[in-house]
Amino acid sequence: MTTAREIRRRIRSVESTAKITKAMELVAASKMRRTQQRALAGRPYAERLTWVLADLAEAMGLAEADTVHPLLRRREVERASVILITPNRGLCGGLPTNLNRRASALTLDLGVPSSLVAIGRKGRDFFRRTDMEIQAEFTELGDYPEYLDILPISHIVIDDYTAGRVDQVFLVYAYFVNTMTQEPRVRQLLPVEPPSDEATRAVDYIYEPGREAVLGELLPRYVEMQIYEAILEANASEQAARMVAMHNATDAAEEMIEDLTLARNKARQEQVTSELLDIVGGVESMTA
Amino acid sequence: MPLNVEIVTAEQVVYSEEGVERLIAPGADGELTVLPQHAAFITTLSPGELRIVKGGEEEAMAITGGFLEVRNDRIVVLADAAERVEEIDIARAEEARRKAEEAIREQRYAGDLAQTQASLQRALMRLRVGQRRGRRGRPGSPRPG
Repeated sequence: MTTAREIRRRIRSVESTAKITKAMELVAASKMRRTQQRALAGRPYAERLTWVLADLAEAMGLAEADTVHPLLRRREVERASVILITPNRGLCGGLPTNLNRRASALTLDLGVPSSLVAIGRKGRDFFRRTDMEIQAEFTELGDYPEYLDILPISHIVIDDYTAGRVDQVFLVYAYFVNTMTQEPRVRQLLPVEPPSDEATRAVDYIYEPGREAVLGELLPRYVEMQIYEAILEANASEQAARMVAMHNATDAAEEMIEDLTLARNKARQEQVTSELLDIVGGVESMTA
Repeated sequence: MPLNVEIVTAEQVVYSEEGVERLIAPGADGELTVLPQHAAFITTLSPGELRIVKGGEEEAMAITGGFLEVRNDRIVVLADAAERVEEIDIARAEEARRKAEEAIREQRYAGDLAQTQASLQRALMRLRVGQRRGRRGRPGSPRPG
């Protein structure tokens, strides 16, 4: 039987945990809003760039002619590379686990040797325990990375791809479905698969200095933009996951406090009863 | 009919105005001016100055590259969000590679010191870009710090 004092101590400890998780929930909520805003702010650029590439792809028949540019060229896949975007910190539910599991499944499915570009500590630490080669790691991008920050990442993968060190590059990141749901998603980054758009070819554009030249400038930016977008998306997902996890933790703590309070009151009542019995018993023995 | 101009980067919409009279941009083949009724057109941009004339007033901003699309008197400038400084990208890419290798060699993470060094390096590189910007950039630049 736990004493009232022990229970009181436990209540205090759970209360302070609840305070921390509540604070983390609020911080994650505000960070989530900001990361979402940043993701939205980049949309017009991404849409426009995709649209121009779709128009070029249509005009140049890129779906068939993949020899026009090195970043489009499909090769027999002997080595693949996976860019895995994970949170740096935990306390965000099952998100890192799901991402790592998705990335593992992907490398198994590919059936060829693959290496990892780890963005975020959770993925790095997981794959460090496997025999997968970690090519590069980026663990200091922070919650709000700038475009400038991701250029080295695209530099690595474009460099490795054009040099023939890898034949296919994938992005694995957490897609933000809504606040409650974030799911791991895989996207092929290289070779670039030209997007198609029904709405293109309505106008005949004049390309300067020429289609090939515009394409050559466009493709690296398209790769960068996809990495940047995936990171913003992943950051919003991380904050949402943390917010939900911390909300659940706070709820659980509050429930526990209720149960403990009940137990404390019971214990106190029992103590009072037994003390009363003692006194009554003592008085009776004296008068007897 | 006046022009509708939108300047966007991967990070944000920098400028969005209607009623623009003309736009002068550093095109791939030299400076070009877009007036209303221009043909549908897509060009790459060189680093330089983008000038927008609206209501007789000229507004200028520095851009480091990107694309320009004209269609039905609507201009969309896809400006680069960051200056492409090859050396910095390469240096940081190497840093990321080195860190991964180091981790494998040491089988542990040197923690604070390495992180402090890396963030110092990051700050120094930022500073370097900042200095370049300070010289060339100006308010209204589509490359926010």
